[in-house]
Amino acid sequence: MTDADAHASDSPERRRAAWMAAAQAGDRAAYERVLADSVSQIRAAARRQGVPHDLLDDVVQETLLTVHRVRHTYDPTRSYDAWLGAIASRRAVDALRSQGRRGRRELHDEHAYDSHPDADDATAATEREQEARRLRDAIEALPPGQREAVEQLGLKERSLAEASALTGRQTGALKVNLHRAMKALRARFHGDS
Amino acid sequence: MSEPRLTESLIQSLGGQLTPVRRLPPPWLRTAGWLLVVAAIAALLLHHYGAEHMIRRWAAEPDIAVAGAGAVITAVCAAWAAFSLGVPGRPARWAWLPLPGLLLWVGASGLGCLRDWVLPGAEVAGVHQSVDCLVFIIGLSIPLSGLLIWLLRRACPLRPVLAAVMIGLASAAASAALLEICHGFAVAATDLLTHAVAVALVVAANALMGGRLLQPHWTQADRTGA
Repeated sequence: MTDADAHASDSPERRRAAWMAAAQAGDRAAYERVLADSVSQIRAAARRQGVPHDLLDDVVQETLLTVHRVRHTYDPTRSYDAWLGAIASRRAVDALRSQGRRGRRELHDEHAYDSHPDADDATAATEREQEARRLRDAIEALPPGQREAVEQLGLKERSLAEASALTGRQTGALKVNLHRAMKALRARFHGDS
Repeated sequence: MSEPRLTESLIQSLGGQLTPVRRLPPPWLRTAGWLLVVAAIAALLLHHYGAEHMIRRWAAEPDIAVAGAGAVITAVCAAWAAFSLGVPGRPARWAWLPLPGLLLWVGASGLGCLRDWVLPGAEVAGVHQSVDCLVFIIGLSIPLSGLLIWLLRRACPLRPVLAAVMIGLASAAASAALLEICHGFAVAATDLLTHAVAVALVVAANALMGGRLLQPHWTQADRTGA
């Protein structure tokens, strides 16, 4: 019986606290259990902060990565839920902020568009849309490993370490895949134009 | 790969990367460690300047002693608050902890000024000495803030700017308290103003830089780029 199992009859929160304490000592099974058990709590904390449904999984993943990095700051004599909730709320706020920044940028673009009318507006917009679609199609057409590298490192702007943790691939393999993907995309677009 | 499967595979790979970790010591213990360094500096200053002059001033003007005690209480409470704010889940109310000490410090210093106006004749600091005080407080606050930031390197302050303000307040208050040991003057308006400016500068500098210094290792430090 492991240290973590000994507390199985306790309340869910005490169980999570015991699992995390065992995880701090290197118990992998307890760690995976406490992380899996934390997902619904993270989602609830993110929803309380007003995170929209399509961003919830991002917040869950970012929070799990942060939990991994700062797991030594958890004090087993204190509430695990309060510790996790604070990290999840912070990550939720970060996600909302970065979404807000993206939204503002898009708004500014629209504003610039309106205030500088151009005869070719419609054509330019169509061209831009077509280009974006071509890029999306090109990324879709990449082999799975390369597509994954572009999505994780390029589109979601994750670090190599995070992308490696998410996909279970070595950072070296991710780098090679990204490099190959960029080469393929470049060849495709330069070849086309 | 769909998102729930991504989360599942993330949990598995984090499990695969799990190594035992050394727990962060409790905030009170880290506060005590920092205070030990401050006490060592105080011992050095006392050894150099002697306690006699300081005790004579305290006997003549007890409000200086009260202000000094207020500065010490502020330093202890602000450092404890900074370490507590470095642990996720500890309430932000910790930031109020230094307030009573701060009120005592500012209040007693202010009363000292009033008394000097009513009873002129005490030896007060000129502009030149005031500048020395400013240099002393800022000069000593830099290593004391640096030490606090170093002691917080493994922490996770979710409110980094608030934690940085606490760091600034702790180191400025400790420096002002240490200044008492080698301070040759009664508290006068110019001197009090100099102290206030020095403390404000230290707190502001920490808030501006500390917020960034405290954050990287638990957020973006391992972004190695692509």
